[in-house]
Amino acid sequence: MSNRIPEDHQAKTAKASRKAKLTAHRGLATWGEKLVPLGEFRRAVDGAGRRLSDAQRDAAIERFTAPVGDGVPVEGPYRRVAVCGGVYANAYALEALLDDARRRGAEAIYCLGDLGGFGPQPERVWPLLVNGGVRTIQGNYEASLASGRDDCNCGYADPRDNHYAAISYRYTAQHSSPAFKAWMGELPERRRIRVGERELLLVHGSPRRINEFLFASTSPVDFLELLVAQNRCHGILCTHTGLHWHRRLPSGADVINAGVIGRPANDGRTAVWYAMLGCGTDGTLEVEHVPLSYDHQALARDMRREGLPEPFVETVLTGWWTTCLEILPARERAAGRF
Amino acid sequence: MAVSKTLHQAARDGGAAAGESARDVPKVELRALDTLWFQVAGTVCNLACSHCFISCSPTNRTHEHMRLADVLPYLEEARRLGVKEYYFTGGEPFLNPDMEAILEATLKQGPATVLTNGLLLDDGRCSRLAALAAGSDYSLDLRVSLDGYDAATNDPIRGEGTFERILQGIENLAAAGLNPVVTVTEVHAGNATAEGRRRFLDLLRAHGVAQPRLKMLPLFQLGAEAERSGAYESWQQLRRGDAPPEGWDHLQCTTCRMVTDQGVWVCPILVNEPGGKMGQRLADSLGDFPLDHPACWTCHVYGVSCKT
Repeated sequence: MSNRIPEDHQAKTAKASRKAKLTAHRGLATWGEKLVPLGEFRRAVDGAGRRLSDAQRDAAIERFTAPVGDGVPVEGPYRRVAVCGGVYANAYALEALLDDARRRGAEAIYCLGDLGGFGPQPERVWPLLVNGGVRTIQGNYEASLASGRDDCNCGYADPRDNHYAAISYRYTAQHSSPAFKAWMGELPERRRIRVGERELLLVHGSPRRINEFLFASTSPVDFLELLVAQNRCHGILCTHTGLHWHRRLPSGADVINAGVIGRPANDGRTAVWYAMLGCGTDGTLEVEHVPLSYDHQALARDMRREGLPEPFVETVLTGWWTTCLEILPARERAAGRF
Repeated sequence: MAVSKTLHQAARDGGAAAGESARDVPKVELRALDTLWFQVAGTVCNLACSHCFISCSPTNRTHEHMRLADVLPYLEEARRLGVKEYYFTGGEPFLNPDMEAILEATLKQGPATVLTNGLLLDDGRCSRLAALAAGSDYSLDLRVSLDGYDAATNDPIRGEGTFERILQGIENLAAAGLNPVVTVTEVHAGNATAEGRRRFLDLLRAHGVAQPRLKMLPLFQLGAEAERSGAYESWQQLRRGDAPPEGWDHLQCTTCRMVTDQGVWVCPILVNEPGGKMGQRLADSLGDFPLDHPACWTCHVYGVSCKT
């Protein structure tokens, strides 16, 4: 005779237990791992936490959102400035940018960091930046390389994205000299510039964190207004996401993600993007996102010669991102092919 | 915030952490209010999953639904605080008759994510959600929970027949042009491994999701899960010396708060702990919080963030 419990008995027991679960909470509340009478939980909740007056609440919010000074000197004033985001070791695009920006009358060129990663032979961009007079700030790549961190600090959780990010970071770390890394470590984390009447704050990720992503579809107007007010400026320029956008806020301030010149903007075009700023009428800021063509075939050849992952090369040749997809919000992800 | 004894002690009648003084407990500051959660469906759910850390069920009224009128004042306060993103959970949010109106109001001021069990995502709902997404400047994400890549592994956790119904919901979302994030807990040891992830990704592709996205979450030994696999043990507590050199920035409570029908809580995990409540309005909740619950240990050790 078998000791096995008949299947129908097991099924009945499971069904009864499920039914019990569905009705277990009548009149009861879950407090941690226990069930307690609902009234007991509600009474405990009523007495918990703070209850400020309206005036105290206003004061609390004001304190919490108060501006913080950074003492960063203001450069300029300029009439016309070019600003680029991540170079990603794309020396071909950087050369094209220097030509294009000068041709368009830029008085100064700024770079928002992430000089390496993704592309080949990262050190090639160093003399171009220095000789081209490009005023550069630190990206998370520079901060990580200069401090000897073992990853790029982008915070990927997806194993595939992590795999490619690790290859990219290791390659860049191995192909950057100690002198180049030391120079990266000396770059400022932020700059301020004046374009016409407008004082603009230049950062890599956001004014708060070098690796914060500011995407168009996840950066609400009120959030951006607060960043601008807390940093006492008329506008913010950032990069880090790889995608360019511009929003003029109700206050008149501008938030501009300059995009990157290291790889295409996940739009099916091989061009990369930078931002051109000028003085508009009535003292406003003029913002133009400029598409930049460069010798992407040469870049792809160099990447293959260096043994960089084929999905990176595919992005250069097609304009569609194949990696770092995890960071994209729903809307930006839907706009791409992968 | 003055704490005379740990949150968990209060619920355990002076149990596990007895003898430890409140000053051994590390505190975290709210750096910025980036993520605002709403327990919009309370603890009311059309399922009673065996790993639910707040034991949601059709009869669990620990927290009730929030109506649109309950949510609006918090949205207004959130604008002043520069909130960056909004999350809605329960219970099952789509049991709440105001859910779509709440989403419409939210998407006017920021990106929104709804955590759903996927059972109420019929074609009509999905097209309405797609229309809401298309009409906003901001992203709308649907996070659908699934705990196994087949019925044999999912259904014992989430309920009989749910595997098929969840996948139907996911298909409906995909057909409407919405790409869900599928949330998988580590309820089965293999779920979060490379092979487990691959199986989930393959499953989603086979069901019409062209760009599958996954979010893995560990379990909290609270509520139904405590009953299923055991409650926290006394050593699972954070102490001051546990603070990493770079601080507590990896904890979501440094940048989030949770609103329920009964006020503002420190985070989504502690809503069934009265000691996790910080006040009635967001302005009441901008102070420090003591990391004195065993669930805080889980967040720290596993690097958990409930947000996507």
